[in-house]
Amino acid sequence: MSALTDLGVAAIRDGVRDGAFSAREVAEAFVDAVGKARGLNAFTVETPEHALAAADAADAARASGSLKPLSGVPLGIKDLFATQGVQTTAGSRILEGFAPTYESTVSANLFAAGAGMLGKLNMDEFAMGSSNETSGYGPVISPWRRGDGGNAPLTPGGSSGGSATAVAARLAPGVTGTDTGGSIRQPAAFVGITGIKPTYGRCSRWGIVAFASSLDQAGPMARDVRDCAIMLEAMAGFDPKDSTSLDLPVPRWEANLSSDVRGKRIGIPKEYRIEGVPEEVDRVWEQGIAMMREAGAEIVEVSLPHTRYALPTYYIIAPAEASSNLARYDGVRYGRRVAPENGNLTDMYEATRAAGFGAEVKRRIMIGTYVLSAGFYDAYFNQAQKVRALIARDFERVWAECDYLLTPTAPSAAFALGEKSADPIAMYLNDVFAVPASLAGLPAISVPAGLNGQGLPLGLQIVGRALDEQGVLDAALALEERAGLTARPEAWW
Amino acid sequence: MSDYRIQGATGEWEVVIGLEVHAQVTSKAKLFSGASTDFGAEPNSQVSLVDAAMPGMLPVPNRECIRQAVRTGMALEAEINAWSRFDRKNYFYADLPQGYQISQLYHPIVGEGAITILTDEKDESTAKIVGIERIHLEQDAGKLMHDQHPSFSYVDLNRCGVALMEIVSRPDMRSPEEAGAYVRKLRSILRYVGSCDGNMEQGSMRADVNVSVRRPGGPLGTRTETKNVNSVRFIMAAIEYEASRQVDVIEGGGAIVQETRLFDPDRVETRSLRSKEEAHDYRYFPDPDLLPVELDEAFLAECRASLPELPDPKRRRYEQALGLPVYNAAVLTAEVETARWFEALLAELGEEHAVRASNWVISDLFGALNRLDHSIEQSPVSPAQGAELLRLVADGTLSGTLSKQVFEIMLETRQDPGRIVEERGLKQTSDTGAIDRAIADVLAANQDKVAEYRGGKDKLFGFFVGQVMKAMQGKANPALVNELLKKALG
Repeated sequence: MSALTDLGVAAIRDGVRDGAFSAREVAEAFVDAVGKARGLNAFTVETPEHALAAADAADAARASGSLKPLSGVPLGIKDLFATQGVQTTAGSRILEGFAPTYESTVSANLFAAGAGMLGKLNMDEFAMGSSNETSGYGPVISPWRRGDGGNAPLTPGGSSGGSATAVAARLAPGVTGTDTGGSIRQPAAFVGITGIKPTYGRCSRWGIVAFASSLDQAGPMARDVRDCAIMLEAMAGFDPKDSTSLDLPVPRWEANLSSDVRGKRIGIPKEYRIEGVPEEVDRVWEQGIAMMREAGAEIVEVSLPHTRYALPTYYIIAPAEASSNLARYDGVRYGRRVAPENGNLTDMYEATRAAGFGAEVKRRIMIGTYVLSAGFYDAYFNQAQKVRALIARDFERVWAECDYLLTPTAPSAAFALGEKSADPIAMYLNDVFAVPASLAGLPAISVPAGLNGQGLPLGLQIVGRALDEQGVLDAALALEERAGLTARPEAWW
Repeated sequence: MSDYRIQGATGEWEVVIGLEVHAQVTSKAKLFSGASTDFGAEPNSQVSLVDAAMPGMLPVPNRECIRQAVRTGMALEAEINAWSRFDRKNYFYADLPQGYQISQLYHPIVGEGAITILTDEKDESTAKIVGIERIHLEQDAGKLMHDQHPSFSYVDLNRCGVALMEIVSRPDMRSPEEAGAYVRKLRSILRYVGSCDGNMEQGSMRADVNVSVRRPGGPLGTRTETKNVNSVRFIMAAIEYEASRQVDVIEGGGAIVQETRLFDPDRVETRSLRSKEEAHDYRYFPDPDLLPVELDEAFLAECRASLPELPDPKRRRYEQALGLPVYNAAVLTAEVETARWFEALLAELGEEHAVRASNWVISDLFGALNRLDHSIEQSPVSPAQGAELLRLVADGTLSGTLSKQVFEIMLETRQDPGRIVEERGLKQTSDTGAIDRAIADVLAANQDKVAEYRGGKDKLFGFFVGQVMKAMQGKANPALVNELLKKALG
């Protein structure tokens, strides 16, 4: 029998149900793995007591015949989710030591479904970053290494970098992520796992530290499509505490999962073929197209004419919202406070925020403040809102021609830490394929589809119509089955 | 047209005034959280996670606050915007946990309306229409307390997030009196509607006062904005001071700078708070945490149906249908509680007695309440008791004098007038035998005066009436006394 930590969400759930092992054994195995992987810096807080208590509850539930959908499954929770009594920092030093008195709706939903928590997962500060290097608690390291024998530490991507590493390194069978402009999908692609951003409004944002409210969505990251479906079912649902939450029943995604895509039309957007993308990314994309065709889908070339404006639009809207959302970190009520001797209120604000925020967060607050300021609002923010509407319209029109879009998730495989950290624009380009679906609020998934020349995973993205998570999951499953990837990182840590 | 003018050294100046009134919406919970809005609670005892802007907290609009704003707009005959939106107004301050106030800049819930004011309540020719530009909903801020610690300021967030309506007038007022009349009228309407308690001492209503001066009828001058003035008297004083100050500056060769000022009620003056250059750039943008507010027909119809009769129509009805004098109608409709009391009285008494009842309320009841320093809601006499008293006068049981006596006893004992009359024997008597006996006694005891009267000194009649009434302990029917006395004196 393989190690318990090799099991995914479904296998653990089923194994606990069938008595193949106890939830306690599973939790202990993962707690042990987490403890041994500190070098990867995936966790900011470890909560073995939480995972073990949930496991014991699961074992008791099994004995009394009252198992829940996630009984016995220990999960990692991204540090953007407020967890009651457990430090929640959003990867920022400004929230160091902050332990909320409340539990985010999404994590509460998972716990109510029987899941336990192994700990809080490291991330880019306030989810602003694509490499985890903006974390106030040090970068997360990917368990993957290049096949060239070099030991350069690689990024797991970001912002859900701790989440990605935790799943890829078998420190957790599943984790929560959040995606504002690719923060679930790009790291999932970088470490060879699956991650889905559902339709905006499927998961409540209540208790998730806000980055850009009109874009932020929670979603699961796990080893495969089925595990994501199981987790998303538990995470999603209407929440009256979030005005943007969708008042719709949660579909039974797992039960309805089917890799049959015969007759489905897969759109290949021509605008996603961009210059400067490595040949191997295109190659994996072509392979993915071939697999879908083999699976019986019809491949159609489509056009999303405003795609090229998506990234600039995103980098106006997201920082604008962030500049306002982050105003509350002022040292007055919670978190870090730096009060200079004989200083006034403004001095305290300045010192607190200067010390508490990292460089990328400051950069985005400044960009956001600028694009909202008098005289620039119309030229930047207002214009960006209009372009966002055009991008959303592109998608609405394309659904007349196809059912899903198939694109690369990211324009490259994982890069080495430090490689792009000096060049913000190069870093922002990581999200070029992910951002359009975010701006349109559409469900999008990344599935591992192949390896590059260095043996590093590459992911493909499937985008679907609003609320069609089922279709997105189904198409992803078709791809997953045909890609049949078995490569996994060696445990060197 | 107001002819209010400031006499400057170089001639006359006209004052132009616009008011932004912040009215606290009557609602149990805050605009975007479930925390209580009760006044006077322990500091920070009515603060939700949302109000304190804890990480990850989200606002959820309180439908009741939206309803109250819509009802208010309808009462001001304003355009109701079926589609409106909340925006964030961004600035840093310690009483503003979110670092932004949720307000409505671009798409307010209520558009243009109007209020008719009277600078002289007795004179309908002083009527003037003041335009309302808009009403929007926004969050109140918390309160800083500087007197709790030698080097720290404390923050009380109880008020933080409470719903305010900002009611913005057109710059249509031309004198402190007009501004005062506007605020009083607005307050009256809000209290009728029940959307704001109008309590200025508790800060439920406060005004930002925009003032500029110009040559009569000339182009508009530069305005200043005096923030947070919290009584009608202070608003009028702030305008008077600010207008004179501006005239002095201009006549002294200076120019008015567009700025925000503070009113100091102790010194009765305004002081500069910050200039236009120092003004915040609020970086308004649509709040992405909130969906647009869309009002459907059923909601609007319910709001409309829930409106009470408002002061102006009520006043017209009192004048036209009830026949009240202009002044009585004005006084009785100014405050919703007064009108309510008066109408409860009429319901018992019958509308045909409206004029007499209105006179009694305004003179006797108001006089007594003033003396006791009571509001009409604290009146020791109920409308039903008032009606009974008036009925006892109408049916001749009580004379005017007796009724005043009985009323005094009612104020003191809260007893019904009928019972007082019974128990204390204060009934007016029309027993001609008893009156005649009293007259005979009085005339017998004052034969010299009888002679004088008969000799032509008519004025003595009043003396005899008084003596007879006294002998009858005030209970004799005065008309009968007159009649019988005349007969007796021949």
